[in-house]
Amino acid sequence: MKHLKAWLGAAALMLAGTAAQADTIKVGLLFTLSGPGASLGDQMDKAVRLYIKQHEKELPPGTKIELIRRDETGPKPDVVKRLAQELITRDRVQVLAGFTYTPNAMATAPLATEAKVPMVVMNAGTSAIVRQSPYIVRTSFTMWQSGYPLGQWAAAQQGVKTGYTAVADYAPGHDIEQSFIKGFTEAGGEIIGSVRMPVFAQDYTPFLQRVKDAKPDVLCIFVPAGKQATAIVKAYNDLGMAEAGIRLIGPGDLTPDDELANMNELPEGVITTIHHYSAAGDRPANKAFVEAWQKEYGQDSVPGFLAVGAYDGMAAIFHAIKAQNGKWDPDRAMEMLKGWKHESPRGPMMIDPKTRDIVQNEYLRKLVRVNGKLANVEIETIPMVEDPWVKFNPPK
Amino acid sequence: MDATISAAVSILFHGTAYAMILYIVSVGLSVTMGLMGFANLAHGVFAMAGGYVTVTLMNDYGVPFAASLLIACLVVGLASIVIERTLYARLYTASELEQVLFTIGLIFMAIAAAKFVWGPFAQRFAMPEALQGQIELGTRSFPAYRAFLIVVSIAIILGLWLGIERTNLGARIRAAVDNRRMAQSLGINTGRLFTLTFALGSALAALGGGLGAEILAINPSYAIEHLVYFLIVVSVGGLGSIRGPFFAALLLGIGDTACKYLVPEIGAFFIYAATMALLLWRPAGLFGRA
Repeated sequence: MKHLKAWLGAAALMLAGTAAQADTIKVGLLFTLSGPGASLGDQMDKAVRLYIKQHEKELPPGTKIELIRRDETGPKPDVVKRLAQELITRDRVQVLAGFTYTPNAMATAPLATEAKVPMVVMNAGTSAIVRQSPYIVRTSFTMWQSGYPLGQWAAAQQGVKTGYTAVADYAPGHDIEQSFIKGFTEAGGEIIGSVRMPVFAQDYTPFLQRVKDAKPDVLCIFVPAGKQATAIVKAYNDLGMAEAGIRLIGPGDLTPDDELANMNELPEGVITTIHHYSAAGDRPANKAFVEAWQKEYGQDSVPGFLAVGAYDGMAAIFHAIKAQNGKWDPDRAMEMLKGWKHESPRGPMMIDPKTRDIVQNEYLRKLVRVNGKLANVEIETIPMVEDPWVKFNPPK
Repeated sequence: MDATISAAVSILFHGTAYAMILYIVSVGLSVTMGLMGFANLAHGVFAMAGGYVTVTLMNDYGVPFAASLLIACLVVGLASIVIERTLYARLYTASELEQVLFTIGLIFMAIAAAKFVWGPFAQRFAMPEALQGQIELGTRSFPAYRAFLIVVSIAIILGLWLGIERTNLGARIRAAVDNRRMAQSLGINTGRLFTLTFALGSALAALGGGLGAEILAINPSYAIEHLVYFLIVVSVGGLGSIRGPFFAALLLGIGDTACKYLVPEIGAFFIYAATMALLLWRPAGLFGRA
């Protein structure tokens, strides 16, 4: 009995302790830090750490931010759902953030709704994600934002009549396939074939050989960024598809800034992409971001779109904390994030108050050499693109 | 008609290149499993080690590709002798379950070690310039790297066959695989033969890992990512044979490529369906003895 009292006392003290620390905001971070996608999570993790290092002082006095980091281990909805559940129930996090892959975000969405924990999607790009819970905002991009304009642009190019799509066989790949085909055919192009490939295929050559033998004018590819992108771009190069007159295009996942060093043998100018961020972007906010990044992580390290999605995701969380003066109420936080405008390294961005999804510039980029290194150089801007998917798939 | 021939040539070419890598990595596994009856699931670790040594020498020390491969073979071969003598040799008489647990443990240790030394990312593999781009053969062009893979692998395989079929050492290995006790009683030192074969098999795996680094990217989980493929080649080919895995690798490599090319929707399943069908038909493998 005596022991029990002592225990209860200790428990009461601990509870009092947590209450006293109410101004510590706990953020549960879910990144893919191992397996074939390890480099993706690494970019996101580094961006979050950099943002906090730069901006921690701006938090309201007495407010602290505590990060609890978990490894998604890949596109693994079952693993991530369990981790998110532990973060919510055991660690009592007030925000969930990260989500490298779509299936992980999809699996966590019902938990966010049930537990009323805002969920900041820092990468996963399938359009339908934000509809899965009223507690989701996205600071990355949607596949339709790049796929649809890419299709329209490609069909308008001289000498382009036929197109082919090759995508990783999961939700974001399906989004690119559908959005590109819609944009391309609406603008008068003809699709002569589509192939869906395993998400982490070992060898892309057989798939691309099939495309090469079909001789389309333009090939649109989506695979997850990271080593998959390098592998498929190398296969395109090895097969001599550029020489065969097949132009390679895709969303920016095809030429992630942080993978370009591994693609160095590529000839210039064969790949055109549309995306929202390039490390080579000529904007003051971006120059400052890249400089701070390289000061922190070395001259050879380059931040890509994954880094920017996570960097701006932290900015969103900071905005919601500051707007509530250090307190955290999930519903108020969501209100603060709706319509939030931000000057990001990628250019201006906004969270659409209705859809809670991102509105941002998309850039047409050519892969060329700058000072001997490959870079995605922006040549055209499509200003403030809303997710076209919403227009074609209105909420029921 | 032209399109059909062109498709067939594409499939044969890419399928063979893939098969060659599978074969070179797996053949050592087949021989050691057949010879020593040891379920060595960690075989892929030696291929991964070979890959890491090769890319590190090339990227950080500027050693040419061919020299890096040779050094990788030597280093991994020698290291495998130490590992065989200190670790594997203790478990030759143990049950299969213990062997499996031990070698799986070895894989996880290798994953952690590789992550610690080289980090979690896939290694950059900068192909020598001579192997980049295309080579023209007749009216078609083929990727130079894959053509090189096929030529080199065929040379290695011929050397291996000659060695096993025509040399004294080969004869002793065959004798020990067929009947270990009889070989022993004829005065063959099977213990030393084991070590030697193990080192050869590991060196070949290292060679496969380095040669194939462009196709099977070198990363910490290499040994477990590709384990299923290596095991399929060995079990379909038949234990203890060097001919069996060759045909098994060709069958699976070309079949896998053909499916990905012709019916990409189900391409990923082919290899498993084919394995099941083949093993139902011949449980001991194509060239195995029941």
